[in-house]
Amino acid sequence: MARTAPPQGNKPLQKQEARLAWGLLLPTIVGVALIVILPLLAIFWISFKPVTLGDLRPPSAIANERMRGDMALPGDTATIEYRLRNSHAESQVTDVRLVDTIPQGLSVVALDPRCELSGQQLDCNLGNWEGGHRETLKIPVVAQMEFPQGPPRVRETIADITGSGKSVLAGLDFTFQNFVAVFNARDFLSVLWATVFYTVVGTIGALVAGLFAALLLDKSFRGRGFLRGLFLFPYVAPVIAAAFTWVTLFDPFSGSANALLLQMGYTETPINFFGKRPLALIMVTVFEIWRYFPLSFLFILARMQAVDKDIFEAADMDGASPFQKFRYLMLPQLFGILSVLFLLRFIWTFNKFDDIFLLTGGNAGTRTLTVNVYEQAFAIADIGAGAAVAVVIFMCLLAFSTLYFRALRHEEEL
Amino acid sequence: MKVLYRGYVTGPLLIALWSVTVVVSAAVLLSLGTGLPVRPSSLVSLLAGAVVGLLLPSVQRHIAVSIAATVVFALLTVLGMGPMQFGEEVGTLSEALAGAVTGAAVSLSSARILADMPFQNLDRHEFEHCVIRFLTAFGFVVFTAAVLIPFGVMVATSLKSQQELLQNPLDYSIDLSRGWGLLRSYKELFADFNFGSYLWTSFYVSVITVLVTLLFSVPGAYAVARLRFAGRRQFSQSILLIYMVPMIVLALPIYMAFSLTGLRNSVLGIILIYPVTTIPVALYILQGYFRGIPVEIEEAGLMDGLGRLSVIRRITLPLCLPALASVSLYVFMIAWNEFLLAFMLLDDPSKFTLTRGVAMLNSSEIPRQHLMAGAVIASVPVLALFMGLERFLTSGLTAGSVKG
Repeated sequence: MARTAPPQGNKPLQKQEARLAWGLLLPTIVGVALIVILPLLAIFWISFKPVTLGDLRPPSAIANERMRGDMALPGDTATIEYRLRNSHAESQVTDVRLVDTIPQGLSVVALDPRCELSGQQLDCNLGNWEGGHRETLKIPVVAQMEFPQGPPRVRETIADITGSGKSVLAGLDFTFQNFVAVFNARDFLSVLWATVFYTVVGTIGALVAGLFAALLLDKSFRGRGFLRGLFLFPYVAPVIAAAFTWVTLFDPFSGSANALLLQMGYTETPINFFGKRPLALIMVTVFEIWRYFPLSFLFILARMQAVDKDIFEAADMDGASPFQKFRYLMLPQLFGILSVLFLLRFIWTFNKFDDIFLLTGGNAGTRTLTVNVYEQAFAIADIGAGAAVAVVIFMCLLAFSTLYFRALRHEEEL
Repeated sequence: MKVLYRGYVTGPLLIALWSVTVVVSAAVLLSLGTGLPVRPSSLVSLLAGAVVGLLLPSVQRHIAVSIAATVVFALLTVLGMGPMQFGEEVGTLSEALAGAVTGAAVSLSSARILADMPFQNLDRHEFEHCVIRFLTAFGFVVFTAAVLIPFGVMVATSLKSQQELLQNPLDYSIDLSRGWGLLRSYKELFADFNFGSYLWTSFYVSVITVLVTLLFSVPGAYAVARLRFAGRRQFSQSILLIYMVPMIVLALPIYMAFSLTGLRNSVLGIILIYPVTTIPVALYILQGYFRGIPVEIEEAGLMDGLGRLSVIRRITLPLCLPALASVSLYVFMIAWNEFLLAFMLLDDPSKFTLTRGVAMLNSSEIPRQHLMAGAVIASVPVLALFMGLERFLTSGLTAGSVKG
């Protein structure tokens, strides 16, 4: 038997093959690096920065120009006003310089000491501005000619203002503030509990429901293909359609579920399914199970149909009962796919954002870590804290996937 | 456990549970289908079921039990003591009919669940077969209801008018006499809410995503599956790792970068970003397929003087057409259903994708039937596509341990 391992070495042909491989992979690597690796690095960077939504743009100098006063005949006076401000409330803008052209036919009466005039060209060095700086620069002018159509429009020449501001993002000052804030937040324990409950119960529930559904459809009967397609509906339909349907169905005032329960006498008052504390988390988890059982169902069914049926015949001969056959023959064969599915679904459920966001918006004790990222970064506009939560999620994820790769290797060896 | 191995214990127990299942489903079905006030009585259902479950194994002729159950259920229902109690306005005939149908359903299905179960001692096989038949029947009812009710409610609500919904939130019967008026919500969505344009945006964004994904992932997958280079194994693992990174973690910096570069609020930005979310999955699925193709076929091509690239184009790709179809379908589904990025990056209603458009309908000023009509419009294309090509998708999904 010849060696099956690839030839080792660094001969020209192998080099050529490796070159081709990297060439084929290059577009993917570049794309993924741009949209996955870079943002991940950015998240790490930001999580150590005291930064809010407003800090996204670096501080800059802003000028707004207008003409005050009427001007029609030679000798009429008016004022050109530059309203100037620093866009940022706290950070400094340095070396601010304003350059503008005074319209033809106007001559400057008095000049601010910081400005110089050469011809019609105005050039002002305005120095450094503290955060929140505001001022109005006034240049009185006198008309040298007649302006029958009113004063000349100063905005026709755009006032060019420059200055360098250092973005909070760019500096080298780091802080652990974000992490401290995240872990110290009063509701951090509740967030953690929601995440753990949602992930564990959702994963196991979807797995058990999927196993049950797969057992139902393992035998062949008429209409099986149709049912198999139907059972996949919750997974294939857009999450937004499924979530809004559930919200409509379980609405406390106009939802059918409440109307049904009231009419059947199971409850006296309408139940606020997605708005009350322990119930909302349970409902969100049930939704997760409902939406993702099809996935486990599909995988488990595929595995079941690949199981060799001979052993079941042998078991029949030996008088094994149906439950025994399931417990001692089927389940061990499904163990591999079940454990891989468990880890994979665990990670995905842990990562899930859209479903909870659409169902409850993270209210009523359903705020998981992923919803917390959104809540911190966009609702409270504290991007640093949002990034810190994202880093925590990423760390958990790394731990989970290490486990997953171990399990996968184990599964491959079986 | 021993006590359960007797026909006169197991029969009534199982059938009592089954009878409650049937009666409750019938009541829900009647309520939603006709809007009639129905109230199932668990106690009566349990008792009636227990009696049926006791009679079936003791009487040889199952058909006699069924006829008796049908008549008794109908009588009890008319008298107002049946397993389903109706409100005042329901006529006697309808009550009798509903009772009879339920009785027949319970007794006939029970006869099949118990089959030839003996009245006295059961052996382990007979007992377990009965339990399994009960669980199977129960499972079919529960799963079908769990899937059909939400989707049924979605469609039925979209066909209703505001008044009808307020009058009776349980009545989902379709009033066919309204004719085209049934589709009013849809008409308004397309006329006033620009849904035609959202549909088109979603469609071309998804198609472009599929094309770009294939363009990147086919060569990548081929390289990982076939070519030998240092770091191949690590690369294959990091693909999997990357497709486990949650979108919400990436969404934040992407939002910031897009805000700074002006790509936010543009369809171009969406088209740039969607493929990156799907390339790792596609690459992972495709490399599995490529590995399954015998190397010898390709080597024969190489021997005959083809270059690597022409081998891929002329031999590997044609052999992989089913895989390409399933990956395309799956990527289309992901792009079509994508919500988070569209929601965060698009603000301008003229650029919305369909899911973003539906999200816009979720406001207190817009009636619910419009929201549901929007949900139907978003679901129907992807469900139809999927039902038509289900086999492809299934094989694709199971091949690539998939994201969701």
